[in-house]
Amino acid sequence: MVNGQEHTVAPGATVADLVRSWCASPTGIAVARNREVVPRSEWDSTPLMARDVLEIVTAAAGG
Amino acid sequence: MAADRADFVIAGQALRSRLVLGTGGIASLEVLDAVVEASGAALATVAVRRVDPAARGGILDVLRARGVAVLPNTAGCFTAAEAVLTAKLAREAFDTDWVKLEVIGDEDTLLPDAVELLDAAEQLCDQGFVVLPYTNDDPVLARRLEQAGCAAVMPLGSPIGSGLGIRNPHNIALITEASIVPVILDAGIGTASDAAQAMELGCAGVMVATAITRARDPVRMAGAFRAAVEAGHQARLAGRIPRRHRAQASSPVDGLADL
Repeated sequence: MVNGQEHTVAPGATVADLVRSWCASPTGIAVARNREVVPRSEWDSTPLMARDVLEIVTAAAGG
Repeated sequence: MAADRADFVIAGQALRSRLVLGTGGIASLEVLDAVVEASGAALATVAVRRVDPAARGGILDVLRARGVAVLPNTAGCFTAAEAVLTAKLAREAFDTDWVKLEVIGDEDTLLPDAVELLDAAEQLCDQGFVVLPYTNDDPVLARRLEQAGCAAVMPLGSPIGSGLGIRNPHNIALITEASIVPVILDAGIGTASDAAQAMELGCAGVMVATAITRARDPVRMAGAFRAAVEAGHQARLAGRIPRRHRAQASSPVDGLADL
């Protein structure tokens, strides 16, 4: 699941691959995998697993 | 007392404006840019939300181009666990340790959940965050948040977006009199005079979102708030006269002609 939607990735895909496919730019982005932050430095080395729940977030207008 | 300091300093960082801008409700990035300029704000809040793959240019670009520091909030969180994870995501995304901590206890009033708020504040302070909690206008809770290590406290004037102004000025004064960290009035501000009142009550700063972003002319209102915050701050420093129940002639009695 990515941001509440079912999403299929290629075998061996990493968090970095997912961010590239999901976001126009990787700046101002953070990723939580199964409710844990994945630091940017670990995006390349973190493989996606079946049934992972990912949240990819950024800034929005807010009080 | 916070308002007696010459500078507005949070966690060792001096801010050039005592008006903190909330970006919620802004009509467009163009309006935001003009509002930021008119407000003179040095710090502005953003929310943490899912990436919209179709989204165009970002709010962060507008703020950074104007030299405005980003203060991520945890709006929408109802538990300490949600708020702590949101703060960690914000730190990763925006490269800042600062967080405006909101933990809401009720959907209708959006009032803070004191128990979850204090829990989250303690966890985040322990993890090195600069925590600015949105809190009830409760002097005891404000003190507990300070003791937890929060860098400021942000008591509400009235419910978020209500425009009801400061419903309990006595409590705000109690908080500002006792606080050793800056007090930033947050939520409920309706118009510029409310912000001036907050400063007169000893607040170190005022945070305004809806009252600017949803005003008929947000840019003009941003300028009005800038002036009001400064006016209230100067009035606080100048020292208001005591209230009295009867008149006190301002013209001299001596020398009155016998007519």
